[in-house]
Amino acid sequence: MSVMTLAQALNGALDTALDADDRVVLLGEDIGRTGGVFRITDGLLEKYGENRVFDTPVAESGLVGAAFGMAIAGLRPVVEIQFLGFSYPAYDQVINHVARIRNRSAHRFTAPMVIRIPYGGGIGAAEHHSESTEAIYTHIPGIKVVVPSTPHDAKGLLLEAIEDPDPVIFLEPIRLYRAVKEEIPDIYFTEEIGPARVERMGKDITLISWGAMMKETRAAASVLDEHGVSAEVLDLRTLSPLDAAGIVASAEKTGRVVVIHEAPRMGGLGGEIAAVIQEQALYSLLGPVRRVTGWDTVFPLKRSEGHYLPSVERILQAAEETLEN
Amino acid sequence: MFSLINPDGTVVDRLPVTLEEMRALYADMVEARTYDQKCMAMQRQGRLATYAPFEGQEAAQIGAAAALRSDDWVAGTYRDAALMWRAGYPWDLLIAGRTGDERGGKAPEGVNVLPPSITVGGHMIHAVGLAWAERLQGSDRVALTSFGDGATSEGDFHEAMNFAAVFTTPTVFLCQNNQFAISYPRSEQTRATSIAAKADGYGMPGVEVDGNDVAAVLVAVREAAESARHGGGPSLIEAVTYRLGPHTTSDDPTRYRDEAEAEEWRERDPLIRIRMLLEKAGGWNPKWQEDLETRASNAIEAAVATAEALPLPTVDEMFERMFAEPTSSLRQQLDEADT
Repeated sequence: MSVMTLAQALNGALDTALDADDRVVLLGEDIGRTGGVFRITDGLLEKYGENRVFDTPVAESGLVGAAFGMAIAGLRPVVEIQFLGFSYPAYDQVINHVARIRNRSAHRFTAPMVIRIPYGGGIGAAEHHSESTEAIYTHIPGIKVVVPSTPHDAKGLLLEAIEDPDPVIFLEPIRLYRAVKEEIPDIYFTEEIGPARVERMGKDITLISWGAMMKETRAAASVLDEHGVSAEVLDLRTLSPLDAAGIVASAEKTGRVVVIHEAPRMGGLGGEIAAVIQEQALYSLLGPVRRVTGWDTVFPLKRSEGHYLPSVERILQAAEETLEN
Repeated sequence: MFSLINPDGTVVDRLPVTLEEMRALYADMVEARTYDQKCMAMQRQGRLATYAPFEGQEAAQIGAAAALRSDDWVAGTYRDAALMWRAGYPWDLLIAGRTGDERGGKAPEGVNVLPPSITVGGHMIHAVGLAWAERLQGSDRVALTSFGDGATSEGDFHEAMNFAAVFTTPTVFLCQNNQFAISYPRSEQTRATSIAAKADGYGMPGVEVDGNDVAAVLVAVREAAESARHGGGPSLIEAVTYRLGPHTTSDDPTRYRDEAEAEEWRERDPLIRIRMLLEKAGGWNPKWQEDLETRASNAIEAAVATAEALPLPTVDEMFERMFAEPTSSLRQQLDEADT
């Protein structure tokens, strides 16, 4: 066991995967010599050599498309795209090929590959560096979308994603890379893709979130607790497939739900979650499902980030309104 | 432009392909054309979905596939049925695909041919990854990707060519320049003197080949494939040819091309050229032609029968093809869809 940040846990997971499986190769822009823009692949080129870890030309579509070919031919590529806002040039490859080859070839060819993408704001970055557009990937059939919020889940889910026989988009919350630490096993272990994790048991209200917003969600749950409100906290961890059963079970238990996400509200996953709850748990609800989300604006630059990012206060306000019913 | 056989069937200089090989290539081209004509007819009868004919491009496709080893990779387009078939993909599956059945996309085990790419250009980079992975795993398989002149304007062409050259992947880029991207002519597609000339900018060899000369295509692709197989990296081959038919069964080429030009190319039909060559060499007679056509027709009719005998796909199959194991939400939706 070692105490690790989320970033260290990811590095450890990649190290473990490269060591355990010769088919695993890493590709990305600046992931070798510099260890990646967030240093997640630090030291791996030195340790595994230039036939396992590849710095590539700046071409996201090419990067994902080449990894796709590698996956079909028997390797297990793990691609890094530097920021979610830089993944759009590769969107065609992801939607039209990576997510479809199993269907197109009736299982004859498959693309067991992982696309790692740092996402989210809160670090005062330049334009395009703070996106939370996970819903444009969860809308696509044939690809799984995973987003950890703890070092333990980061390692376990990444190793599971690499083992997965199908493609996985693995979103990494930039804001939490070095903000959380916990003791995690040094050995190889996996966490199942799919199930949400009940991070905190409660009976009065359910707070559902994932990734970077888990920080504010946890803080809000603590405040509620201080005020005598027992909040259940659900960390979705996997956004596609969605753990509808886990969501419904918690909604039925508490009768009150607030969904928190950093992404814009329109077409965000909060809408899907609310729909699942009203379809399957409507008669258990004691009030409307509320959404605390980013706004339907372009993610702002540094000086306006506070206007955009859902805060503990906004979560508490939504919880309060829900509890009024 | 590299060519070995003149349009009148005479040999340019010396032909490094035996008479027997030429007869086999010709037989394959006859079979391919039979398939193409059958598919056009079936589409008109409502038995196939949209069909993209390759008439006029048989030499480019059969010649290229004949230059490969049976375990090499092929990543082509919706117009590459002849290429795919010569690389091992059975006619019945090609037809099944065109009837609108995903099961047609399932290449038999051991046949390393990807189902055709329908979007233009996105698949070229796949042949880079395939070839790269083979090299990293210690195999000497190469990957050939086929695409049209229009695809070379896609950014994906640039990324694929650049990656292949940078990582010295054993990839053969085969551009079938058939002069049109639907209606948009090659002359407007690029100001480059040739598509082959673009290779220079990526640091790889590029060669312009008479795409209606099956021997020239065979020799050029074989040279590129063997160079790639032995560590020489990627090459670009531009097979200059002409699409004699429409873009697809939904297209009307009279709206954008001069029929006199099409007629000129008809006279340069790749099958006629080889027939004249074989005839001069004593390797062709009307009886053999008749035999070839009968054999081809029987093979295609049998494939049509097999494809059309496939039972309607079940609703389960649609859901089960998404992942190795269906997710719980897919299982739930299948229940909904199945009632």
